[in-house]
Amino acid sequence: MTTLLNVKDLRAYYGQVQALHGLSFSLDEGSLTTLLGANGAGKTTTLRAICNMVRSTGAVEFDGKPLNNRSTENIVRFGIAHVPQGRGTFTTMTVEENLQLGAITRKDSAGIVSDIERMYAHFPVLKQRHTQQAGTLSGGEQQMLAVARALMLRPRLMLLDEPSFGLAPLVVRDLFGILGKINREDKVSILVVEQNAQLALELADQAYVIETGRIVMSGNAKDIANNEEIRKSYLGY
Amino acid sequence: MELFTNQVLAGIATGAIYACMALAVVMIYQAIDHLNFAQGEMAMFSTFISWQLMQWGIPYWGAFILTLALSFIAGIAIERILFKPLAKAPILTNVAGFIALFAIINSSAGLIWDFTIKQYPTPFGSAPFLGSQLISTHQAGMIGVTVLLLLGLYFFFQYTRVGLAMRAAASVPESARLVGINTSWMIALGWGMATAIGAIAGMLIAPVVFLEPNMMGGVLIYGFAAAVLGGLTSPFGAVVGGFLVGVFENLAGTYIPGVGNELKLPIALALIISVLVVKPAGLFGRQIVKRV
Repeated sequence: MTTLLNVKDLRAYYGQVQALHGLSFSLDEGSLTTLLGANGAGKTTTLRAICNMVRSTGAVEFDGKPLNNRSTENIVRFGIAHVPQGRGTFTTMTVEENLQLGAITRKDSAGIVSDIERMYAHFPVLKQRHTQQAGTLSGGEQQMLAVARALMLRPRLMLLDEPSFGLAPLVVRDLFGILGKINREDKVSILVVEQNAQLALELADQAYVIETGRIVMSGNAKDIANNEEIRKSYLGY
Repeated sequence: MELFTNQVLAGIATGAIYACMALAVVMIYQAIDHLNFAQGEMAMFSTFISWQLMQWGIPYWGAFILTLALSFIAGIAIERILFKPLAKAPILTNVAGFIALFAIINSSAGLIWDFTIKQYPTPFGSAPFLGSQLISTHQAGMIGVTVLLLLGLYFFFQYTRVGLAMRAAASVPESARLVGINTSWMIALGWGMATAIGAIAGMLIAPVVFLEPNMMGGVLIYGFAAAVLGGLTSPFGAVVGGFLVGVFENLAGTYIPGVGNELKLPIALALIISVLVVKPAGLFGRQIVKRV
């Protein structure tokens, strides 16, 4: 397996406050990796630092190329699609426009048209609502839209920030099923940040646990799920 | 009745200009959340440029197009040089920037072209339009050009990728960056377009108010009134607001005793205040809800 994303000694700051204290991890091509941890552990900050949305130091390499000092909008062009916390929906625009925006950096208009159809096949509810303002969608539908928007980039790596947030348990199951399918069939590597550790560990191959800005545990997702001590002390279930 | 129709049509014609100014104001407001107090002065300066080009012998429409291109570039330059560095500055710093820009442009125009009032040509002539006494060909031309401009803008924002990217950058900047849109350049592009739209307004109104450095003062206030009435977050609203303010201004001046020409401007200001008190989001604007 080749390493797709390599993060070394990442430190991030919000003003004077340091949020990440030298965090290192890596993600294999084709894998579905999860970052777990409690509220405020630094999961979101890690994703934001990868896309250069916060001030940070350390090395982030994607496919062997350094991402530091590149602007957020340029990092997208490497094929990294980031679904931010709160989904980042363009609420005043239509569902279809949201999908088109996901592909705004692509030049192949025929491919974009066929990909929109592909997304409608993945998520039939989006097709029903394609002319509707995205803000009128339910939380679950908006999360589907956010994932579809990210896929419109034809990404190599998808970063997902708490996709389960605010969704009903059944909807979350559904969504995670789709994520697994995307990972297997479309060969998109996925890094997913989750508070719902149990569900994330079922889905992922690889897992890291963050506490106060440091990686405290890493390994195979199954092993971590089966280790009662880790579960009790870090994951709370 | 003829007086009424006449006033409504004349109101629509000047309303077209207010609509352009309001549109320029809204475009910049959407991009950077500030009202550009210098929008009128920028339009005035563009109009002077076109006048100068015509003085040098370039025909009207050549000067018109050239002025649009120059204004577009100048708008981008102003954003890059003056307002990009102020992007994260507090609101008062930005207001000071706009006022400085206002003063600089106004004085430069006076310095270069002096403050005497100049005639400005109209390409449409001033004969009665289609033989009717209601509006002149120039007024009809003002309406026509504005309608064409609006259709063009609608097409641009609705059906082109750059238009889509600009709307995305204005509505959710962070998500826009995450799909790969260079939001900073989208703001600059918005400035360029707003400046060019202002130039159109200036060149169309100049034959009516005559060319001089203070020609846009009143027009900008009406433009603000139109933008506030229509809703600062809605380009469509700005246009409707422009036409409504134009008609309202003329009818009030004609029918309310004691208003006349002198009190027309206070009416625009009263309109701004009433809208802000009664319906702050305007007719078509979105209610902005902020989480605290």
